[in-house]
Amino acid sequence: MSGFGGFLLRRAVGTVITLLAISVIVYVVFYVTPGDVAQITCGPRCSPEQVRQVAAQLHLGDPLYVRYWHFLQGLFAGQDFSTGTSVEHCAAPCLGQSYQTGQQVLDIILGKLPVSLSLVLGAMVLWLALGVGTGVLSAWRRGRVSERVLTAITLAGTATPVFVIGLVLMIVVCGELQLLPFPQYVAFTDDPEQWAWNLLLPWLSLALIEAATFARLTRAAMLETLAEDHVRTFRAYGVGERAIVGRHALRGAFAPVIALNANNVGSAVGGAVLTETLFGLPGIGQELVHAVKVVDLPVVVGMVLVIAFFVVLANAVADVLYAVADRRVVLA
Amino acid sequence: MSLVEVTDLTVGFGSLRAVDGLSFDLDKGAALALVGESGSGKSTVAGALLGLHRGTGARVGGTVRVAGTDVQEATEQELRRLRGAKAAMVFQDPLSSLDPYYAIGDQIAEVYRVHTRASRRAARARAVEVLDRVGIPDAARRARSRPHEFSGGMRQRALIAMALACEPDLLIADEPTTALDVTVQAQILDLLHTLRTETGMGLLLVTHDVGVAAESVDEVLVMRHGRAVEHGPVGTVLAAPREPYTRELLDAVPRVDARRTGSPATDEIVLEATGLRREFGRGKRAFAAVDDVSLTVRRGETLGVVGESGSGKTTLGRMLVGLLEPTAGGIRYAGEPHTGVNPAVQMVFQDPVSSLNPRRSVGESIADPLRARGERGEGAEERIRARVTELLERVGLEGAHHDRYPHEFSGGQRQRIGIARALAADPRVIVCDEPVSALDVTTQAQVVALLGELQRELGLALVFIAHDLAVVRQVSDRLAVMRRGRLVEYGPADEVYDSPREAYTRQLLAAVPALDPELAARRRAARGEPAAA
Repeated sequence: MSGFGGFLLRRAVGTVITLLAISVIVYVVFYVTPGDVAQITCGPRCSPEQVRQVAAQLHLGDPLYVRYWHFLQGLFAGQDFSTGTSVEHCAAPCLGQSYQTGQQVLDIILGKLPVSLSLVLGAMVLWLALGVGTGVLSAWRRGRVSERVLTAITLAGTATPVFVIGLVLMIVVCGELQLLPFPQYVAFTDDPEQWAWNLLLPWLSLALIEAATFARLTRAAMLETLAEDHVRTFRAYGVGERAIVGRHALRGAFAPVIALNANNVGSAVGGAVLTETLFGLPGIGQELVHAVKVVDLPVVVGMVLVIAFFVVLANAVADVLYAVADRRVVLA
Repeated sequence: MSLVEVTDLTVGFGSLRAVDGLSFDLDKGAALALVGESGSGKSTVAGALLGLHRGTGARVGGTVRVAGTDVQEATEQELRRLRGAKAAMVFQDPLSSLDPYYAIGDQIAEVYRVHTRASRRAARARAVEVLDRVGIPDAARRARSRPHEFSGGMRQRALIAMALACEPDLLIADEPTTALDVTVQAQILDLLHTLRTETGMGLLLVTHDVGVAAESVDEVLVMRHGRAVEHGPVGTVLAAPREPYTRELLDAVPRVDARRTGSPATDEIVLEATGLRREFGRGKRAFAAVDDVSLTVRRGETLGVVGESGSGKTTLGRMLVGLLEPTAGGIRYAGEPHTGVNPAVQMVFQDPVSSLNPRRSVGESIADPLRARGERGEGAEERIRARVTELLERVGLEGAHHDRYPHEFSGGQRQRIGIARALAADPRVIVCDEPVSALDVTTQAQVVALLGELQRELGLALVFIAHDLAVVRQVSDRLAVMRRGRLVEYGPADEVYDSPREAYTRQLLAAVPALDPELAARRRAARGEPAAA
């Protein structure tokens, strides 16, 4: 793979530029958003004097560019915060301090990230297995009754909201059958087995929704490949249908599946709010929704940057996989 | 018992009868060509020999026996045992006929393992062996290449290697050289010939090119509308055809030794290119597709441009009409330097299907140049419509075709529409990039005749780009031979064709299939067995 180092370098530089651009946009959006940040941060019972103090402490009176400059400084050089009694140092890359709790944003994110990653990566394995598997089956059994049944099931999957699937799963599996306890997040490092059992239902509900899309994409890509000339060649040479579908047609579905998967994984890190809320998982999505509600700018910026980073990372991984899967692709 | 027995074969798709009561036999070791224009049903016959129409909804009647297997009655399993093992097929487009994701050696090994109980290792070894046999240099290493890493000729060799893997009794070759350059075509035909003499397998060749048939087979079966028109030894059918259709077909085949008649050329230079150069890519990957080409085009003449694929013909044509900016050098139109698109220099494209917008009526497509020229204001629509009708009639179509869509026309008609569109801007020069290479010989002859007529009437200068040396000879006053972006020979067409100075030009001319089987055999002997291109 020639030029792989160059590819990584270009990608890294591109990622940094993208993330900075996103942070500028988030700052501007929040700057022009109406509402008294100091009042919200301080709470409804604060006196006007207290609100003024909070505003001064958070530098809310400074112009936009000054605040953004402070953010950049923190990001690349670290920053000191006074908490009234003592001075706290926040080392680079410092994403700032929560307006609400005074916690360092990076710590908040690092606390939530394992939950989100556990949820998304586990669900990904399931949705790929379910989705691609179903897609292959329906491409193989095309035109028969079994394919129509599969298509109906996948369509129903796409059309059902995650909270419906999740609720039904919880009521049936945990409530009626009592096969599993109601999910409660257990860290992987504490108890891997409990981690998996507790995440099983969240994984399933997230995966069932996504799997439908993958099934339809896989089926479509495989049917397209099956209509191509090289498949005719192998038919004309007596290669059986199973090998044609399993080897040649499936290979053609690789690229679109990789591309879709990259987007889904990236956006699910911060976007699986419904699943997180439903199962009480303290992940990035939930925290982000809360931070937006209370206009906790440093937390929002930090979260958005982390989510964007995962989207970019997932796409870079997809590009590498592309090039490995199809040698005609040159990384650039 | 014959190797192939086809009795009263009919194949129907929907309401169409693609093959209609065809019968023929092919003995072991013999070679038969099915010759016909597109739509004559020849490829459908080839598919029927391997039972490839099964499950496609086609209705197949009559009997087909191949190497002892009754193809109609055989079970799926019996059919699979026939396919590839006893009868193997080589397809037209070698790039799309191989799986782009797998190594070529693995694809051949896969086929071999379907029919033998060989181990993976033994199958790989067999793949290398057959690749070596068809002349792929360094076969052990190249077996690991993907199809896109092979040239067109090597890909066709790889497909032939796949066919050879199980030592079949019958090789079915469906237009095996249509996508290839003439020198590569000659190599592939020679290879097929050698393999046939060596292994004693039968050959069924499907081709639209009578010359290719003359080079390769003992017997010819001429097809039209799904029926046999004439069937006999190749020498007899080509030299003394009994049927009028066969004669028509043969007459339409352009001859490389036929001079152009009646040229209205003048000395007035309309288009002049000096030192044209065009590079693609940057840095280390940069290469010059056209390199230092200078030529002139005179009013009323045809300049032929020939060369193999990748020689830079199309890039040159695009620069002449201003669709591509030259990296160096310049173009003068009527003595004045000119850059960018020039309405007086128009282009006719190779593929009449993809060069017309399928979602717009042909009238609208032809009107585009008129609208681009700023035809508007009161009565503009009527004027445009009248002009389009006139143009349609001028190219031999009906004015009433104005509101039809491209898919309602045949290939030849679509190319006429392309010509009408080029004429709309009242050009003085038309650059035709492979204008007839997607057409059958009879249609080809009609389109060439139309271009000649227009040239005489309108005093047009034509730049005729093609890889087919015989067609170019028919139309050209002067000729430019290109190789790797450079002009290797440039002069009056008759001089270049009759006494070429360059070895490369001689090589090109020697590779043109001869219509005379005896001459073809002599030339083949002179060429000897070639290495892979």
